[in-house]
Amino acid sequence: MNRELKRISILIFLMFLSLFVATTGIQVIGADSYTADQRNVRSIYDGYKTQRGAILVDNKAIAISKRSDDVYRFQRTYANQMYSSVTGFYSTNQGATGIESAMNSFLSGKNSSQFFEQISALLSGSPVQGASVELTLDPKVQKAAWDALGNLKGAVVAIDPTTGNILAYVSKPSFDANSLSVHSGTESKNNYQDLLNNKNGPLLDRASTELYAPGSVFKIVVASAAIESGKYTAESLIPNPVKFKLPGTNTFVQNSGEGKCGGKATVSIADALRFSCNVPFAQLGIELGQDRIRAQAELFGFGKKVQFPMTASASQYPIGMDDAQTGLSAFGQFDVRVTAMQMAMVSAAVANKGVLMKPNLIENVQSSNFTILNQPGPSVFSQPMSAATAAKVNAMMVGAVSRGVSSNAQIKGVEVAGKTGTAQNGDGAPYTLWFTGFAPANNPRVAVAVVVADGGGMGQSGRGNSLAAPIAQKVMRAVLQK
Amino acid sequence: MTNLFGTTGPNSANLPRIMRVVPRSRNLEGALLLLAVGLNAFQLAQIQLSTIEILTPEFFLYWLPLSFFALVLHTILRLRASEADPLILPIAVLLNGLGLSMIYRLDLATIANGGSELFGFKQVIWTSLAMAAAAAVVIYVPSHLFLRRYVYVSMLIGAVLLLSPMLPVIGKTINGARLWLSIGGLTFQPGELAKIALTIFFAGYLVNRRESLAVVGRKILGIRIPRARELGPIVMIWAASLLVLIVQRDLGTSLLYFGIFIVLIYVATGRSIYVIVGMGMFLTGALVASRLMDYVSGRIDSWLNPFSQENYDAVGGSYQLAQGIFGMAHGGIQGTGLGGGIPQLVPLAESDFIFASLAEELGLVGVFAILTLYLLLVARGIRIGFSHPDDFSKLLATGLAFSIALQCFIVIGGVTRVVPLTGLTTPLLAAGGSSLIANWIIIGLLLRISDSARLGSSTGENSRGVA
Repeated sequence: MNRELKRISILIFLMFLSLFVATTGIQVIGADSYTADQRNVRSIYDGYKTQRGAILVDNKAIAISKRSDDVYRFQRTYANQMYSSVTGFYSTNQGATGIESAMNSFLSGKNSSQFFEQISALLSGSPVQGASVELTLDPKVQKAAWDALGNLKGAVVAIDPTTGNILAYVSKPSFDANSLSVHSGTESKNNYQDLLNNKNGPLLDRASTELYAPGSVFKIVVASAAIESGKYTAESLIPNPVKFKLPGTNTFVQNSGEGKCGGKATVSIADALRFSCNVPFAQLGIELGQDRIRAQAELFGFGKKVQFPMTASASQYPIGMDDAQTGLSAFGQFDVRVTAMQMAMVSAAVANKGVLMKPNLIENVQSSNFTILNQPGPSVFSQPMSAATAAKVNAMMVGAVSRGVSSNAQIKGVEVAGKTGTAQNGDGAPYTLWFTGFAPANNPRVAVAVVVADGGGMGQSGRGNSLAAPIAQKVMRAVLQK
Repeated sequence: MTNLFGTTGPNSANLPRIMRVVPRSRNLEGALLLLAVGLNAFQLAQIQLSTIEILTPEFFLYWLPLSFFALVLHTILRLRASEADPLILPIAVLLNGLGLSMIYRLDLATIANGGSELFGFKQVIWTSLAMAAAAAVVIYVPSHLFLRRYVYVSMLIGAVLLLSPMLPVIGKTINGARLWLSIGGLTFQPGELAKIALTIFFAGYLVNRRESLAVVGRKILGIRIPRARELGPIVMIWAASLLVLIVQRDLGTSLLYFGIFIVLIYVATGRSIYVIVGMGMFLTGALVASRLMDYVSGRIDSWLNPFSQENYDAVGGSYQLAQGIFGMAHGGIQGTGLGGGIPQLVPLAESDFIFASLAEELGLVGVFAILTLYLLLVARGIRIGFSHPDDFSKLLATGLAFSIALQCFIVIGGVTRVVPLTGLTTPLLAAGGSSLIANWIIIGLLLRISDSARLGSSTGENSRGVA
């Protein structure tokens, strides 16, 4: 019998060996891929084990994790809806968005820069505390943008053109991030569904992910391309008929309000921008060619998903257009689509003597023991144009505000540069209203882009100058008053 | 009888009697038991501190009964079975305590989530009853030969227990398997006890028939085939196993009974042909069943592809298996620490998936320790089989030890995707009264048999070595 028992012993040993191997396979070899599985909610729950770092503006917390008495131990709370489009939300059930998502590794204490903290935490048994993230936002400017936008649907982005620091970032309508960070699964889920179903789209980020037709604000890009090409100056004259028939079609381009754009046979590029005339820009665009315009647009950031560190949608300048479409694209129609962030970058580049600084929301990241873990600082994104070209475009934009159709952005005693836009979205659809610009023109401290969606509730009768420009004016004033 | 081969030494006649009944092994057992209940205290304290952040008197509710009955069993062994194996009881106490800790820990999570279905206190009660049952076995089973008188009674009891869930009214189906009896709100899994009764029967039957079973018949294709009439009992057991599979819808239980029988017939006769034929019959039966029965093929599909969205979403699909694996992966090598993980995310985390729960919180290190403890426990049982002079006891100890090994393999293998998942419980760890009682009775029997194992020398003079 004992010979058989030996064999049975070997069998038992092999059975257990298979269990040793299988558990090793799961807990060591396959662990990373199982952790990455979307259906594995443990990494979300894990995030609640440590006290998540705060998100700060001007040293005051706008998102903070407080002790709670349930299994999650910490409750994420948000101070003000004004910041919801920046912080995003951090939810047990709906995941995370905004800075909560983009800076998650720091906030949750998992970033590799916290390696030594992690080691000492492992030894002491107490979890690593999340690092806090200080934003570049200026609470006064943010408040001004929030108030100025009022009940309109749209967004404001304000950037310091010399550093790329984002001073204001507002998208409206907004939402209460606290309604999603509640720990009750059903409550959070219901609130999320309500927000999703809300036809005003409170969860949309109109500042950097929603794409809109730019209309006339795109003329800044075309004017920059023209002057940068060396073939044109601000004074170059362009034929100025009342209507312009797009090549190969029976479609006529007209100036806004069927205006005559000065009423002479020719008009300078500067005056065409000042009065925001479509007819001369359509011709200029066709002459310049789509490739040159696209190259200029891409230097401004079109086609790239800019990370600041949230990720903006890539703005689009179409490819493979015929002349008629190129003509339309030159005043920001056809399939040109931009984010408010992108238009703020265009203004910021003109303002900063042709150098585009990388947009950035992060002032610094501090560990719980006040060590600076990360401090992005200013960095150059691109140089879309020479300083000389920038000076000329700057002057044209000053003209548009002081003596042109973008007059509602004027600030007493300050030279403001800017451009309005009123983009069509197809028959009967409400316009998209724009303003982008900067101030003071000779020493810019702020570049701003304002987009008002759905015609600002006025269908096709609202204009960029009547609705968007005053908002931008208030935001710029808030920066300059400091 | 026990005095017949009692400890002998040159001066034994002059020594006081008391010296002979307190051998060193009991002291070793005592020391190991202290370690086991000490570890249990450590686990419970860690759980309270990490989940509710305060030590409460509830600690004693979970710690004292196990420790008390460990002491009781240890004392009984000193008095009534002083030569019993010194490792079996500490290992069983350690595993039982670990399971109890995890169940209590899951209860705390349930309470925190506002749930009310708790298992911890019930497990304490069952542990007490089960250890009392083990004590009763050591006291009332006077010798290793006693059970041999009840071989056919055991068969009858085993068959009745095994088939009782199929009865109307008291039979009950839980989670798709008809393995339970439900009387007055109490549910009981009689199959767990049937396992013991049938092992006693197998051991007794095979000891009686091993001579004739070992005689093989003609050679066909170079293999000696057993005579047809000797195949009768195998076919009967095989049919009973398939009946369990089909009517009670549980692959694990079916495999367990059949596995124990095949191993015992092999040990008794030394004929590997029985293993080949038996495995072939079982696989054929299981294969046919998987073709004919959706739940078997579903289980197999979930086993092969637990992460396919289709299986994951299916009712009774691979959700539980996948979540268990996620939990184990979450634990990694060192584990999250007791109270640090989220094992409650897995359905039946306190019973069928307690291994995954422990793996999450104790990590691979803890898993290796648990598997080693089981292996050690089984090895002690097999060792009794090796050294026992009596063939019946040899087979019985082997059968009981192997039942623990096979059950571990089927359950833990199911959770870790070595084999398809089935509805057995992890011995001594999992929540569930029937399983605890059955396994503690096995511990009691092993202790009782091991006490007499040292009567003979370990050279195995009684083993026939059928070649």
